[in-house]
Amino acid sequence: MKNKYSLFSLVKNAFSYHENWEKAWKDPEPKKEYDAIIVGGGGHGLATAYYLAKKHNMKNIAVIEKGWIGGGNTGRNTTIIRSNYLWDASAGLYDHALKIWEGLSQELNYNIMFSQRGVMNLAHNLQDVRDLKRRTHANRLNGIDAVYLNTDEVKKFCPIINTSQDIRYPVLGGTLQKRAGTARHDAVAWGYARGADEMGVDIVQNCEVKGIKRNGDAVEGIETTKGFIKTKKIGVVAAGHSSVIANMAGLKLPLESKPLQALVSEPVKPIIDTVVMSNAVHAYVSQSDKGELVIGAGTDDYISYSQKGSHDIVEGTLNAILELYPIFSRMRMLRQWGGIVDICPDASPIISKTLIKGLYFNCGWGTGGFKATPGSGDLFAHTIANDEPHKLNAAFNINRFVSGDLVDEHGAAAVAH
Amino acid sequence: MFVINCPYCGEREQSEFKAGGEAHLVRPKQPTELSDDEWAEYLFMRKNIKGIQFERWVHTHGCRKWFNMVRDTSNDKIKAIYKMGEKPPTK
Amino acid sequence: MTKNLRVKSGRFIDETYRVSFRFNGKTFYGFKGDTLASALLANNIHLVGRSFKYHRPRGIMTAGSEEPNAIVQLHKNSSRTEPNVRATEIEIYEGLEASSQNCWPSVNFDIGGINNFLSPFLPAGFYYKTFMWPASFWEKYEYFIRKSAGLGKSPTEPDPDIYEHKYIHCDVLVIGAGISGIIAAKTAAKNGLKTLLVDEKPYLGGSTIYQNSEHFKINNQTSSSWIEKEINEIKRIKNLEIKTRTSVAAFHGYNYLLARENLTDHLPLEQRNDNTRQRLLKIRAKKVISATGALERPLIFDNNDRPGILLSSAIEKYANLFGVACGEKNILFTNNDSAYETAISLFKKGINVETIIDNREEIDSKLIKEAEKNNIKIYKGYTVVNTSGYKRINKISIMQLSKDGQKVVGSKKTITCDCLGVSGGWTPAVHLFTQSGGKLKFRDEDQVFIPNIYPSDQISIGSCNGDFTLDEILLNIPKVLKEFLNVKKTDYENLEVHSSFNKSKRNIWLLPSDKIFGKTKSFVDYQNDATAKDIKLALREGFRSIEHVKRYTTTGMGTDQGKLGNMHALGIISETANSKMGELGTTTFRPPYTPLTFGTIVGRNVGEYFDVFRKTPIHEWHVQNKAEFENVGQWKRAWYYPKDGESMHEAVQRESKAARDSAGILDASTLGKIDIQGTDASEFLNRVYTNAWSKLAIGKCRYGLMLNEDGMVYDDGVTTRLDENHYIMTTTTGGAANVLGKLEDYLQTEWPELDVYLTSVTDHYATVSVCGPNSKKIVSQIIPDLDFSDENFPHMSFKNTKIGKIKCRIMRISFTGEHSYEINVQANFGKSVWEKCIEAGKEFNITPYGTETMHLLRAEKGFIIVGQDTDATMTPIDLQMEWIVSKKKYDFIGKRSLYRSDTIKEDRKQLVGLLTENPDEVLEEGAQIIADINQTPIEMLGHVTSSYYSPNLKKSIALGVVRGGKNMMGQKLIIPMENKKINVTVADPIFLDKENKRLNA
Repeated sequence: MKNKYSLFSLVKNAFSYHENWEKAWKDPEPKKEYDAIIVGGGGHGLATAYYLAKKHNMKNIAVIEKGWIGGGNTGRNTTIIRSNYLWDASAGLYDHALKIWEGLSQELNYNIMFSQRGVMNLAHNLQDVRDLKRRTHANRLNGIDAVYLNTDEVKKFCPIINTSQDIRYPVLGGTLQKRAGTARHDAVAWGYARGADEMGVDIVQNCEVKGIKRNGDAVEGIETTKGFIKTKKIGVVAAGHSSVIANMAGLKLPLESKPLQALVSEPVKPIIDTVVMSNAVHAYVSQSDKGELVIGAGTDDYISYSQKGSHDIVEGTLNAILELYPIFSRMRMLRQWGGIVDICPDASPIISKTLIKGLYFNCGWGTGGFKATPGSGDLFAHTIANDEPHKLNAAFNINRFVSGDLVDEHGAAAVAH
Repeated sequence: MFVINCPYCGEREQSEFKAGGEAHLVRPKQPTELSDDEWAEYLFMRKNIKGIQFERWVHTHGCRKWFNMVRDTSNDKIKAIYKMGEKPPTK
Repeated sequence: MTKNLRVKSGRFIDETYRVSFRFNGKTFYGFKGDTLASALLANNIHLVGRSFKYHRPRGIMTAGSEEPNAIVQLHKNSSRTEPNVRATEIEIYEGLEASSQNCWPSVNFDIGGINNFLSPFLPAGFYYKTFMWPASFWEKYEYFIRKSAGLGKSPTEPDPDIYEHKYIHCDVLVIGAGISGIIAAKTAAKNGLKTLLVDEKPYLGGSTIYQNSEHFKINNQTSSSWIEKEINEIKRIKNLEIKTRTSVAAFHGYNYLLARENLTDHLPLEQRNDNTRQRLLKIRAKKVISATGALERPLIFDNNDRPGILLSSAIEKYANLFGVACGEKNILFTNNDSAYETAISLFKKGINVETIIDNREEIDSKLIKEAEKNNIKIYKGYTVVNTSGYKRINKISIMQLSKDGQKVVGSKKTITCDCLGVSGGWTPAVHLFTQSGGKLKFRDEDQVFIPNIYPSDQISIGSCNGDFTLDEILLNIPKVLKEFLNVKKTDYENLEVHSSFNKSKRNIWLLPSDKIFGKTKSFVDYQNDATAKDIKLALREGFRSIEHVKRYTTTGMGTDQGKLGNMHALGIISETANSKMGELGTTTFRPPYTPLTFGTIVGRNVGEYFDVFRKTPIHEWHVQNKAEFENVGQWKRAWYYPKDGESMHEAVQRESKAARDSAGILDASTLGKIDIQGTDASEFLNRVYTNAWSKLAIGKCRYGLMLNEDGMVYDDGVTTRLDENHYIMTTTTGGAANVLGKLEDYLQTEWPELDVYLTSVTDHYATVSVCGPNSKKIVSQIIPDLDFSDENFPHMSFKNTKIGKIKCRIMRISFTGEHSYEINVQANFGKSVWEKCIEAGKEFNITPYGTETMHLLRAEKGFIIVGQDTDATMTPIDLQMEWIVSKKKYDFIGKRSLYRSDTIKEDRKQLVGLLTENPDEVLEEGAQIIADINQTPIEMLGHVTSSYYSPNLKKSIALGVVRGGKNMMGQKLIIPMENKKINVTVADPIFLDKENKRLNA
């Protein structure tokens, strides 16, 4: 059993100058064979390993990560968590995740700083109003705590929004989910890694997958930069690089990987206490505990793995930010970065078996994967362990692109972050 | 922000263009004869290549012409540009 | 306290021009040319702020944009307030008001300082390990954590300043106007290349401009007088543009760079009004020359953060440029020759330096000799092990270093001082280079990263390329420039250069101490209070990669983005983990180089210029007639026209009634219009619409539905055959551009064999739609020559005609179900034709109506609005519009997708009409529809898409989509609202005039 983290252990360790803290996770060389291998050490992959070990008693497993854990989109997103999705399938998936978030710090004994400060989505035209009302009604019937707000209520909940009706795209209303909020993204990866490691999961970093070995229709193992590793089950959670891994197995996926950018301002004292998202003008903002304004921009339209996007996208986002928050004009951008997001045509994820036995994919989260991390890990673990999806991820199979039964959050929902 | 050499207009800023995804996906001549799987393959499945990719772009805020581009998606370097209907460069 | 530490005149100070400013409420004086930092130092003020975590007193550390500590809030009670401004960058002006941040009640006495005593319990990442109990309490802890975090305060009022963008295309961009940049710019420009030279400072010449010692000479002149002549010369070159106060923020691919030009931040507030504050330069350069220089490294030792501890080069600069002594009793601490340069400069200015502590043991250079000659005591092979002085350094303790530099030996010696200059050697400023995608290599001999692989047509020269000494720079640059710029000669071929600088350096990333390591506080990131201890803790806990350590300890995440400490963090990691520096990699330097104001990035795209504002040619009339407007895409459309204090509901009821009873008029100019010509135009329409087009006669109109390739409804509209090979297509208002784009895509890439040409003509025409039983009378009044009989001009047909001299196309088509005409005229005649219709319609009470009434009228007829009654999941079959889907056609866009296993299901959501039990109750659009309220979970069958009170039917009507709705006619369903349930009956979506009698009325 690892040292438990607590105020007590912190004080105790202070007397030995913090020299005796244990490694949060080991850094092992891979074994020759595992019962299952998770490809991708982001939040989703680590959570998958954690739940495989914890709920399905699969302990001889490894997470293989090309770089360092949590270094992809887990460490690059704007940390928004919400579950106010329109369709039943999405609402089920994201609210399952939200419920896990609510007790995750305690479960992992790692403070992931889940802050239920609420998420507001704004309406700027009459169709937005219809769409948001439609979503709010659906949320209510699905047991999700969303309410519709008129302009005055929006202003009351977040006084710094410019709700003047004379602006180019005035705020006509919005929705609020109070249980929604943010979490500390790095801590999610680290907390799951520590938890998985404690149950015996090998977390292998700096190990790149070079090939997937198949025997007929079943997988046999993976070729990596640290040699061949035998396994009968491979769960791929490689986000932007999902297609790259799929191609190794001779599969094509309905994905495009595109640049997504975000930025933070310099830190300031608390000025915005909630998360505000706007679809029509494309701006969303919250404030980190450190004080930085965290602002998400949109995706570019071209495929790229360069982790860079166009300046125009950043500029467009800040245009919208200043439209809604003119007081931020003198704030300064401190840091700006890009990630690679894998997007499905219907803007919903894939958590699914494939035609190849023992090969599973969890991908297509597009711009909104962070919020699903615990739920996605739990359901993917279930799918891998049982070779069957859980009822909450049954709709997110790959076959929907053949049958046409898409989960189109694109056409009907607000920005899918 | 790339500089794109439109085969009709010459070098222009990326902001004048839009990307159109993977190139050389030919729309099936007889869609009705395809199985659901085959149709889905055309409709949704993509190579989504990391590395040298053949893709389509359109000069939206210019001549409105579509053309093809060869680009390394790992570093965004444009390797070649050619008109629709032309043979892709081999090297 | 308010001693004057101004010595001999500084080079950039205008001592005849005194400037008063306020700091923390007290008035001080400086001179024109001072930065806030130099002016404060001249007043003997070092304590400027408090650190982020421990609230330790902090002073001015540097003289440039790398400053981590001396950051202030400007003008805290004004709309021009700005947080986190570096005192080392802001130039003072009359009336400047600055205050310390992150301290309460004051910088001198800060309650938060208690954190310093709690610091044993607050190691890196402590918050991940606690604040978890009780489970629901995080938000309460967080409230206090957030309050104590943050630095300055956000403005709370809109910004009075304006910003702008400027595009610059040049042959060569030179970044940095130090000696290397000046040489490069002059060489490029004199060879006929259009050149832009930028520097973040208000002056040119970099550090060479004040290097006036005998030890650095070019052609037998001091380097400062040599560079001065060069500066005078380049100012006269025509094709060289020079911009100072201009900082390059980002270096993107394809040599696209963003730079911020600061125009008014150095002026008194009253001189700023109506002037552009900052300009964002969007530079596209054929070639880029980075001459960004190097940043001096601090040294990492116990308590290395006290006010009064500065970089040695900063002390030199304050003395030479501003004529300011940073202390009266100065000590320098170094591992290389740079501190000796400082010592000699200070000595020349009459500023006392008594002692130099040098890590190196056996050293010898001309600089050292001169220092010794001036009676400076040099401790060779020594290190500082500790400092004291809470708000200002007052003592240092030194000890001898062991041979391997890992320990200290011998006895401790204490020396008093009021200022300590530190020099850990130099780090090339490669930030922009790496932003551009450049790859670095590590040079072991002096432990620096230098550019290795260039991703674009660019080069790094001078100290940012690792050439630190004058002779290296001047020897290498001409050769490099000739090759890079492809020019034959430079003016710098046979310079005689004399430099006394000895390159030896003893690099120890973390200096040893006599204390237990766990008790030391050796700061690596000053602003964020990340210490060497924190870095080692992170490594101990398994955080191996530099990115992990950075994130766990927050090293390099401050407003200075780790410009000073990142290298040391890497060094400590490499030493602790026993890995090679070059293999560890660096953290990614992310743009911008220095923080960039949002307003600057946005430029003029604020307020009414936030987005294009599309208005119809008739817009002014709507404004004059008090219309309320609705945003539809970029268009402003008249929504309704309230009369005499009418509510929206009242206005819409009146408008709707008038349109059915007599006549209504609508501005339909925003509908997309695409002109389609070519011998294959009919075949083209066959392929893009679901219905057949080959047999449409000339002069006839037809409604068309367009799908996406996945079978879902994409757009709709009426297309008219104007001639054998000529059609005009209308699209939805919001969909126009996308439809054109999609059609061009298919035409050019899938069907290049078709002879078809598409032209957007949306803006070329104004469209006036007159409807109602009296529409014919009105329209025939303004076009008396046209035969309006049903035989000559039936429904779904068109005529070319004239209104007076104005050519027009009239379509007899209807979106309301009424007899109606759409008159299309050249846009500039739109308003006059509209007014003619109004005039002619007066006797029939012609009533202008807006989009809301249009929506109501079409809903009475069960006509869909794409985007309102459909989302991206509705097929035409779902809309009960099988009649428009040709069975005969071999193919059209989206056809195949209609026959997939899911799309052929019978129980998909289908469009139906809904009638409420209580005819006065109007449903909420977006409300969900269910069958059984007692179910758990409740199954949602669909939702209400459109809903109105119909004044013509005198009841509430609604459209909605319902799972299996097609076969539910007459069935009762429930709309569950938050506080009630509403009973509805599924009905035919056509509520009015199913037989279409009114079309010909």
